[in-house]
Amino acid sequence: MVNITDIINVGLFAASLRMATPLIFASIGGIFSERVGIVNIALEGMMLTGAFSGVLATFATGNPWVGVLASILAGGLLGYLHAILTVKFAGNQIISGTGINLLALGVTAYLCQAIWGSRGASESVHGLGAVSIPLINDIPVLGEVIGNQTPLVYLSILVVVLAYILLFKMPQGLRIRAVGEYPAAADTTGVDVYRTKYLCLVLSGMLSGLGGAFLSLGHLSLFVYGMTGGRGFIALAAMIIGGWTPFGALGASFLFGFADALQIRLQSVGLLPSQIILTLPYILTIVVVAIFARKRTPPSDYKPYIKE
Amino acid sequence: MTEDQTMSRKGKQLVEKIWSWLTGSLRNSIPQIVAIIAAFLIGAIVLLATGFSPLEAYGAMLIGAIGDIYGIGQTLTQATPILFTALAFLLSFKCGLFNLGAEGQLLIGGFFAAVVGISLTGLPVFVHLPLALLAGIFGGAIMGFIPAVLKAKLGAHEVITTMMSSYVALYVTSYFVNYPLKAPGWVSQTIPIAPSAELPRLLPVTQLSAAFILSIAAALATVYLLDRTTIGYEIKAIGLNPLAARNAGINTNKGLILAMVISGAIAGIGGAGEILGVHRRFIDGFSPGYGWDGLAVALIGGLNPLGSIVAAILFGAIRSGGITMNVSTGVPLDIINILQALVVLFVAAPKLFGYIRKKGGFKWLTSQT
Repeated sequence: MVNITDIINVGLFAASLRMATPLIFASIGGIFSERVGIVNIALEGMMLTGAFSGVLATFATGNPWVGVLASILAGGLLGYLHAILTVKFAGNQIISGTGINLLALGVTAYLCQAIWGSRGASESVHGLGAVSIPLINDIPVLGEVIGNQTPLVYLSILVVVLAYILLFKMPQGLRIRAVGEYPAAADTTGVDVYRTKYLCLVLSGMLSGLGGAFLSLGHLSLFVYGMTGGRGFIALAAMIIGGWTPFGALGASFLFGFADALQIRLQSVGLLPSQIILTLPYILTIVVVAIFARKRTPPSDYKPYIKE
Repeated sequence: MTEDQTMSRKGKQLVEKIWSWLTGSLRNSIPQIVAIIAAFLIGAIVLLATGFSPLEAYGAMLIGAIGDIYGIGQTLTQATPILFTALAFLLSFKCGLFNLGAEGQLLIGGFFAAVVGISLTGLPVFVHLPLALLAGIFGGAIMGFIPAVLKAKLGAHEVITTMMSSYVALYVTSYFVNYPLKAPGWVSQTIPIAPSAELPRLLPVTQLSAAFILSIAAALATVYLLDRTTIGYEIKAIGLNPLAARNAGINTNKGLILAMVISGAIAGIGGAGEILGVHRRFIDGFSPGYGWDGLAVALIGGLNPLGSIVAAILFGAIRSGGITMNVSTGVPLDIINILQALVVLFVAAPKLFGYIRKKGGFKWLTSQT
């Protein structure tokens, strides 16, 4: 007999926060991309590449923080690639994104096989580990949820706050939003539309790379084939449901993080076969996107901007 | 003028027409051909960087793909599901939609076909085989219908819903072949389908089955659908400009649901063809990424069903030759997925080629235009 407290307890909420973290990073990345009028379904591939690069750099240097740096760089590089194809050459954003996702899946599996002799998983590396925050740690319940997590968990919340300030409280943010909403007007007021798009896409890739680093260095301490498992698309859903705002995306990421944590719990309890439980986050994503689709207005028409 | 002369003149005109069509389509395919060459060049750099000889690897791939009758048979076998998923992507694209769920539609189509192939027995071939194929069509169509309705009625973006539904399809079919429908033994697969549901094999020793003929027929049917029917006209009109299509009195919701249902159904037959013709049972996650190959093929084929036939055979050759390459040179099979991704990236930005031309590259290729 399974006790309900085996599934729903304080640990579940701590796990929800953990599983929300990669989604928070990637959905903020998605916001920066879509706010300048570029659809970025490549979040998935950027995360996967980030996860792989993090493990590879940690494997080479023994320092997981070098790994995190490598994840950010690798994600940023793919963001730059997406920018070249969609901004400079006005290519199809969905096709470019799909190409990047396929490239990430192929390259990571190929290199995993070439380096570690198995395409399924890398060797284990030294992960980031958890830090405990002295005062918060002592608060009952709350301390257990937020007091003892990987540093990247705290960083993700900081990123949300900073993204909000940048986008909605600073002149740079106004320019970013103007580029997505009405590029021609932004251009006439002296905003460098192309440069803004490039910068935001690179930033988008870097944040997604960080999300990947959380998966491979904060959560598992190794790389697993296709380990993002559609989280890039779930992050896109979180971004839409959150109305393309950082705090909205944060809230939606918590919802999906909860579903993911619950799914992992249910698997360990063994009530249902794991394959059935694994469908939970995906079905939830479909349902929630369907519910919220018409209630949210995109910040851009996503048309390529051709300067006169 | 005698009848003979008229005939020969007509014949001449026909030959000239075909010739100009061939040279014309070849000239139009220059960007795609350059994309494939560029992908292979970058792939060569990846091979070199990881300590493999590109010449040896690509040589083994070529020999494996077309070196003998067996190779050619396996190339066409691999091209079959890829052509189906390419047509599925192409049809949704013509309606302005991105069906990224071909992988899931293929799996469910194959699964439904397997269930009918296994559970019904004692039926004659001419009843059982069509039923199993229809089940595949039905399974794929449902998988296309759900995201389509969510898009039409609620505005849910099909990129997210089709992608997510592929994961659901993968896990649900995996559940069935690991639990209720698992064959005895340690492999996650069902028992074989009844012989009366098998698609006949075309070439001894190889796995080439009648599914290949079905895929060519599907390509021709797609040309007919798009160019000769009202539905096809409406689908294209919606894809070009949904607002104008609505103003012209086209029911755009109906059009996009129909496009996705047909798209899913085509991918579904692809899955059914794999199960009934090649594997003859359902194997957990049997597709090595045919859905994504299809996307690349549709783009390389210039979003044209006939062009997709040529591109699908090329990708089939890469897949079947890739297996030979993997066995004889030890190059990881994933180099194929890297090539596939590079092709997609190059084709994503057609202006890239204009840029290269402006910078002075490929003059010898484009001087005639």
